[in-house]
Amino acid sequence: MRRRGAAPGLLRALPLAPAVVLLLLFLAGPIAYCVLIAFTDLQLTGQAHSSFVGFANFRRAFADPAFLNAVWLTLVFTVLSSIVGQNTLGLALAALMKRASRPVRAVAGAVVVTAWVLPEVVAGFLLYAFFRREGTLDAVLGWLRLPRQNWLYTLPILAVSFANVWRGTAFSMLVYSAALDEIPAEISEAAEVDGAGGLRRLWHITLPMIRRSIGTNLMLNTLQTLSVFGLIWVMTRGGPGDRSQTLPLLMYEQAFQNSMIGYGTAVALLLLLVGALFSAVYLRLLRTEV
Amino acid sequence: MPVRPTAALTALLTTVLAAGALTACDAGSGEGPDTLRVSYKQSTDNSVKVMDTYLAGIKKQFECEHPGKKVEFVPIKAPDSEYYTKLQQMLRSPRTAPDLVYEDTFLINSDITSGYLKPLDPYLAKWPDWGRFIGTAKAAARGQDGKTYGVPDGTDTRGLWFDKRVFRKAGLPADWQPRTWDEILAAARTIKRKVPGVTPLNLYTGKPAGEEATMQGFEELLYGTNDGRSDPLYDAASKKWIAAGQGFKDALAFVHSVFQEKLGPDVSDALDPNYSTTVRGELLPEGRLGIDLDGSWLPQDWLPGSGHEWKDWSKETGLASMPTQHGQAPGKVSMSGGWTWSIPARAAHPDLAFDFIRTLQTRDNARKWYIANSGIAVRADVASDPAYAGAQPGIKFFTDLVATTHYRPAFPAYPKVSTAIQEAMEGVTTGDRTVAQAAGDYDAALKDATGGQVVGG
Repeated sequence: MRRRGAAPGLLRALPLAPAVVLLLLFLAGPIAYCVLIAFTDLQLTGQAHSSFVGFANFRRAFADPAFLNAVWLTLVFTVLSSIVGQNTLGLALAALMKRASRPVRAVAGAVVVTAWVLPEVVAGFLLYAFFRREGTLDAVLGWLRLPRQNWLYTLPILAVSFANVWRGTAFSMLVYSAALDEIPAEISEAAEVDGAGGLRRLWHITLPMIRRSIGTNLMLNTLQTLSVFGLIWVMTRGGPGDRSQTLPLLMYEQAFQNSMIGYGTAVALLLLLVGALFSAVYLRLLRTEV
Repeated sequence: MPVRPTAALTALLTTVLAAGALTACDAGSGEGPDTLRVSYKQSTDNSVKVMDTYLAGIKKQFECEHPGKKVEFVPIKAPDSEYYTKLQQMLRSPRTAPDLVYEDTFLINSDITSGYLKPLDPYLAKWPDWGRFIGTAKAAARGQDGKTYGVPDGTDTRGLWFDKRVFRKAGLPADWQPRTWDEILAAARTIKRKVPGVTPLNLYTGKPAGEEATMQGFEELLYGTNDGRSDPLYDAASKKWIAAGQGFKDALAFVHSVFQEKLGPDVSDALDPNYSTTVRGELLPEGRLGIDLDGSWLPQDWLPGSGHEWKDWSKETGLASMPTQHGQAPGKVSMSGGWTWSIPARAAHPDLAFDFIRTLQTRDNARKWYIANSGIAVRADVASDPAYAGAQPGIKFFTDLVATTHYRPAFPAYPKVSTAIQEAMEGVTTGDRTVAQAAGDYDAALKDATGGQVVGG
């Protein structure tokens, strides 16, 4: 025992050591390893030796129509389902529920949260059953004498975006419910007395006051949506063709189905970059003083 | 400069696996020089214990016959694609490589090229039973260097399933045996005309179906073109892949006809990734599909306890072999896959591992295994054994196909070539591409996938 010799500062930091070691080992380690292999032609199988190839994987990605298609679809998917869908719908639900009676609030909240609690794969199968030919939506359309179709085939990216909205809106709703509860009732009341209508109050009072929550919520939603894999995999496998193949699905196909670990990892790093870009925008939004 | 950036990961994996092994060990087994470590794919369905039960019996027998030796199983519980990934990681290091592994012939050549496996020729030369294995099956685990890297434990074959109830309504014979592609199309057209509401012919197609589309669908056509014998995808002499020739285009044209004449399923159904489940679980048992180009394993889904039992399947379905394009010799086509037992290059006890393979593949044990897992025998002596041939209706039909079956050129580029085939099929299925355009796309994708190792079709 050398209790006396140790510096008190170091001693105090000692309890942190296991956490730091674990973080280095399981978080920083794999990320560094990913960066390393993105610059090699490493394959899972089918090659005796791998070698460094510099930026070849990245050059290849930007020349690959499948990659550009995946970037485009990822953006469509993120903007539609996260920024427009989950975010707006979550805010609307939160605002409506604030005015609703207690039982309505409880029931509506339970329904929305259930969708969120379901595992991704289960939600995927539910929505697959909803959108497929002879599925629920199709049956309803048929009953209404509207043209029937297989939504997963005709509008796959819309179908998976809707599925993500369905699944993820609860989170936004919870965030916004908490934020709306924070707005002092006197301010809204004062504005109402001054004759401000609903829309004006929303624009001039509510939105500015929950600006920080909007930023946080958008950031979390976007990052989560960028990495959605299971939902799309179950519903469409990225198809038909590559009409719903977002970046995570392309990455999986290249790395594990085509064994191109090096290239797949490069795609993953580029996905990380897209996430970082979105985050940077939101961080600016958060920093701006009201 | 060659690098091995996986070293860190392997070390990590070793630690994790070692921790798992330590807690999983029972008192009797250890890491000693007398312990044989055997890896295999465990079913992800907890109620399916076919392989576990079978191997437990073999272990008992082996330990009896080899006093002082122990067998320790290292099962990997994962779906196919993740099983390959885990196994390949384990094979990279002597610290994690087991002594014996279960390899899918789909990827075995890839693993051979990676240097993961040991050639078995010296062992096979001294093993009399090897002579009883059927020639095509022996070739399934042969590397590009001509050496053999695995002992197959069964295979599968493919053919045409047809619904006798639908055929009766369409006025088609119950003992239907088409001799050319045109006869298949003719039967499908008859069904379309006379039995509305039924899908006349199912052919797996496109990327969503994956390897199922390539193997059950396209290759069943392609290998029946030209002389019907030589490999139309890969030229063994020049070790190059073959570009889309007339046979390839004819096969695409067949797919095109099926979907454009609406003889097949609705295109949006055909491109549904879960379509094969619908075919086996709903369409066939409910009599809503006339002809299905599919595999030998279908009855697995209809046996008691499967969820969609179909008691009368053997009475209500008929079997026909897939014919060659114009009926040219050998007249029928089948594709085969299957799994082999292989010894890793970094195995600690290769000799003992081969002894275990010999125990697995005694005549009695092999027969027991084929019957237990609805497999198709690759040993001539078991194939002719009445106890095996009578175990399930249809088993004789599919076993007879082994003599003329084809194995895929499962070389390292194959998975990418397979994807290129699926894309070409999908183009003509949706009608977005003409046959000529789809063939051109395939040629371009093939060049990319094989690094330009292509000869004219």
